[in-house]
Amino acid sequence: MSSVAAAAVNERRLTIARAMAESIAQEMRIDPRVFVMGEDVGPLGGVFGNTRGLFDEFGAERVRDTPISETAFMGAAVGAASDGMRPIVELMFVDFFGVCFDAIYNSMAKNTYFSGGTVKVPVVLMTSTGGGYSDAGQHSQCLYGTFAHLPGMKVVAPSNAYDAKGLMTTAIRDENPVIYMYHKGLQGMGWLGTEPAATVNVPEESYTIPFGKAAIVREGKDVTIVGVAMGVHNALKAAEKLATQGVSAEVVDLRTLVPLDRETVFASVAKTGKLIVVDEDYQSYGMTGEIIASIVERDLSVLKAAPQRVAYPDIPIPFTRPMEQFALPNPEKIIEAYEKMKGRRGWRWM
Amino acid sequence: MLPTRDQKVWMYETMLVSRYFEETIEAIYLEGKKPVFNMAKGPIPGEMHLSNGQEPCAVGVCAHLTPKDVVTSTHRPHHVAIAKGVDLKRMAAEIFGKKTGLSGGRGGHMHIFDPDVNFSCSGIIGQGMGPAVGAALSRKLQGKEGVAVAYIGEGAANQGAFHEALNLAAVWKLPVIFVVEDNAWGISVAKATSTAVPNNAMRAQAYGMPGHLIPGNDPIAIYSAAGEAIARARSGGGPTLLDIETDRLAGHFMGDAEAYRPKGELDALRARDPIPALARRLQAEDGLSDDDNGAIMARARGRVDEAIKFARESDYPAPEEALDKVFA
Repeated sequence: MSSVAAAAVNERRLTIARAMAESIAQEMRIDPRVFVMGEDVGPLGGVFGNTRGLFDEFGAERVRDTPISETAFMGAAVGAASDGMRPIVELMFVDFFGVCFDAIYNSMAKNTYFSGGTVKVPVVLMTSTGGGYSDAGQHSQCLYGTFAHLPGMKVVAPSNAYDAKGLMTTAIRDENPVIYMYHKGLQGMGWLGTEPAATVNVPEESYTIPFGKAAIVREGKDVTIVGVAMGVHNALKAAEKLATQGVSAEVVDLRTLVPLDRETVFASVAKTGKLIVVDEDYQSYGMTGEIIASIVERDLSVLKAAPQRVAYPDIPIPFTRPMEQFALPNPEKIIEAYEKMKGRRGWRWM
Repeated sequence: MLPTRDQKVWMYETMLVSRYFEETIEAIYLEGKKPVFNMAKGPIPGEMHLSNGQEPCAVGVCAHLTPKDVVTSTHRPHHVAIAKGVDLKRMAAEIFGKKTGLSGGRGGHMHIFDPDVNFSCSGIIGQGMGPAVGAALSRKLQGKEGVAVAYIGEGAANQGAFHEALNLAAVWKLPVIFVVEDNAWGISVAKATSTAVPNNAMRAQAYGMPGHLIPGNDPIAIYSAAGEAIARARSGGGPTLLDIETDRLAGHFMGDAEAYRPKGELDALRARDPIPALARRLQAEDGLSDDDNGAIMARARGRVDEAIKFARESDYPAPEEALDKVFA
């Protein structure tokens, strides 16, 4: 068998949902402290497939369906983690955070600090993000910035199944609360529609991907496009089109918002001189502003043009298809952002 | 289930430690805050919620607990912390915001964590209930001994967290004891104004668990009811709700003028102060001599004085230590 054929045989293309479940199962096999709880994580395997197979292998004690009581089970995750367990808890839609935010923001994220470091809260909070399928503004938000804003939690948002598995393993082994935000449009659930490029080859053996280490998923020299999750796919599609116009775009996948790899972004912008930040979360006070600020406050002179952002407008997410699609970031908006920069000059001339 | 003489003496002495502690904190809290009261001033800044009068709730329950058992308490935590065995010197230092405090000064009086005895508290009403359920789940999953006790005030029984936590503990049959310290006031709002049922013990029925109303602010009655509930939890019988009618002899927090109290209420409550009441019982029923009583009081005072001295003499943390311990 040629090496090419061998690689094809060994290739295991997994969805993000499968990759997450595989990582959880591998950690549960080696660490009895790890357990899963949340709504519909048991026999159903998670509404978005990320706990599929776990109930059959580990049973109802370690893969616990909860009542629809986010306040109680999110608080319970804090108590169990503080008592030596490593709970993985599912908040089905990130939009539901409003009913249990006290347990997340005031306990989970603060107890390590308030205890002077004597209490550890190693919770993995899994939650779905993103829209594009007409589910309106209580089931389609991203809220990356909401969770990245308050200190004390790590924030993960994978764009593909390889990263999804490695980041999940890192999350489970971390001593801190981690919110693991998976995008519904990347999850590989056919009924939601899915981005095929998120389904990639995933090694069966366990591995980790460090937090705070962005990936340059496409190299380029003319412009840097930064994003997470679905934003990365929009950026890659825009980069393809820009390439046909002779523009070489570099695409940076942050992978984690906290910790944030400002170094990789800065190095890329220092090389290209132009920056576009893509975010499906609301524009104001969010990730796009943070990334741009981290360049500007470090060295304005690396910029050859004013940075651009392609983010969700500051509106609740509408239901009807034309309105929602109008508001969502897409590759065309990224290309428009690049066009705007072409006509402008950098700080020296501003 | 009745306490032995030694247990009664432990409850009495622990109540005394708690009361002396609160009285001492009260005096120091007012340093730098006269003639103009400013919460930010003095050696102990910030809010201060004293537990005077509620000591029976602490000792009657904690008499049955070991350091391995978990307690989550409220924004009014000192009496429970002392009864649970929290390091008094380091707790005092934390209240002063000193480097030697349990959290190095980051938490203060509403955020006391002592993992050595599995004690924590929090500043938000009902917040400790979910974590207590989770700690009990942890013990069940690990097959490790220990129960969890969630203290709340009667005001918290109208929070969603109360109802969700009771249901979750019951449906999973976890070793949790929910303790309501009903001091009849949610800051200035009387229980009758906020609560649709005459007592919160009734609410246990809605979640398929026993609920016991314990009137009288009597440490021995609390001891008996808590003993049964905790034994039930330890033997796998599931959760219990204890609804204790107690008295708040201080304001909601220091600086509270308490104009909302009916005239004469405070005098009536002080006349039934549970600490002298227990002393009288020990003297009448258990032969506690004046000498014994004097020795107990001196010992309690000594512990508090030592803790306060430690806190006063400790250094403040370096300001830039504020940037540490965000992550483990």
